Amino acid sequence: MQTFASVLGDAVALILSGDADLMEIIALSLRVTITAVIAACLIGLPLGAVVGAFRFPGRTLATVLLNSLMGLPPVVVGLVVYLALSASGPLGPLGLLYTPTAMVIAQTILVTPIVAALTRQVIEDLDREYSEQFRSLGVGPLTRIGALLWDARYSLLTVALAGFGRAVAEVGAVIIVGGNINHVTRVMTTTIALETSKGNLELALALGVVLLVIAVLVNAAVMGLRASAARAAYA
Amino acid sequence: MREAAARTEVEDAASIAAAAVPALLEAQGLRLEIGGKRLIDGIDIRIGQGRKTMIMGANGAGKSLLLRLLHGLIVPTAGRMTWRGGPLDKSARRAQAMVFQRPVMLRRSVLANLAFALKVRGLRGPAREARIAEALDKAQLGDLARSPARVLSGGEQQRLALARALACDPELLFLDEPTASLDPASTQAIESLIADASRRGVTVVMVSHDLGQARRLADDIVFLQAGRVAESGPASRVLCSPRSEAAGAWLEGRLFLDGQGAQG
Repeated sequence: MQTFASVLGDAVALILSGDADLMEIIALSLRVTITAVIAACLIGLPLGAVVGAFRFPGRTLATVLLNSLMGLPPVVVGLVVYLALSASGPLGPLGLLYTPTAMVIAQTILVTPIVAALTRQVIEDLDREYSEQFRSLGVGPLTRIGALLWDARYSLLTVALAGFGRAVAEVGAVIIVGGNINHVTRVMTTTIALETSKGNLELALALGVVLLVIAVLVNAAVMGLRASAARAAYA
Repeated sequence: MREAAARTEVEDAASIAAAAVPALLEAQGLRLEIGGKRLIDGIDIRIGQGRKTMIMGANGAGKSLLLRLLHGLIVPTAGRMTWRGGPLDKSARRAQAMVFQRPVMLRRSVLANLAFALKVRGLRGPAREARIAEALDKAQLGDLARSPARVLSGGEQQRLALARALACDPELLFLDEPTASLDPASTQAIESLIADASRRGVTVVMVSHDLGQARRLADDIVFLQAGRVAESGPASRVLCSPRSEAAGAWLEGRLFLDGQGAQG
């Protein structure tokens, strides 16, 4: 039986060797995750801002819904997207099942409520501060949303980071709609699950290390940016 | 005796002069109830064009609420407001600006704070640049133009807030205790900007607790007590010989809290 230390040593060696398969998996993971987070931000940021800044009938219900959807079970999302994209599903003719696009769709559905719910809270707090000044100036609804999103930009980076964290660590939904096909839809998390079941622990652990390093680097970058913004009183 | 008669004559002349000025904003029967409590109770107020009207009164009298009602930030429970004798429409609202007691600074530079307000008011290109330069110059904030607005001192932030409001070229400027908790130098700078705006024809409605400030700036005074107008009139008359007991007690320092006079 291999010791943890020897497996970790082999994993680090694999990373340092720049193994082509490993790099391909890492690249696809990042491509799918970043695309999904961008899509989720494009939908979730304005959605959260509207719910946070405006008073309308059903606003409380919308807030409860957004908060509840933050805990969407990934396998359920995977199943729903699978049914929609399968040959007999409404989006079947698009032929997206078992493609990276299907994985992006599933991840976007999972991440959007997180981005929207957290954005709502950030924007609601900021709007409380700006509300009277904006009404005094006669700021219109579109300008108001734009200004709130822009002025909350550093706080919203943390929101996007939370979405990134959820997307990059996601397994259940992407394995259902992506199928974990080698050189096509194999990403870090699905590979870890597969290689662990096969007993190929070096590759699984190497990918685990890379995942952790990415998470730490992205967090450090965002925190650094927020800290410098706070020092300059823009946050 | 002769002195008192002369003073009465001056006061009467001031009252007549104030009444002769056409009304810019007028409110009748203004009432505000929140949670069954009547906070503003049937206020009639007339803001003369080009005048500096100061709303005074003890804490909790409803001064800031009245200011917000007049500016349209709060919808009254009842009452009617007119602008130059006509309806108070959207264009009338855009001819007004307000500076709050705690200045609201966007998380942007001094320059961007001014630019945002002017962009909202539809000013673009070189006209906007010129207006920003003028505002920075008047508020003596030129050196701080690129600094984040939120790192400015309290006095600088209030000067920026006032400069931002005045850059919008309002006909009517509302000021909610703009010099509260500022040092004498900052207070003087703010008062100088207000006086300058008034000389250019801007009508000013201002909430203040500062009697010295009232003597320096106010043309008219509206004295509130418990959400009602206890007394109003030319500043020279209200400050020298108040007719209401509430205003008299407050001016003598006997009215500490709303409706509570000191014993003895």
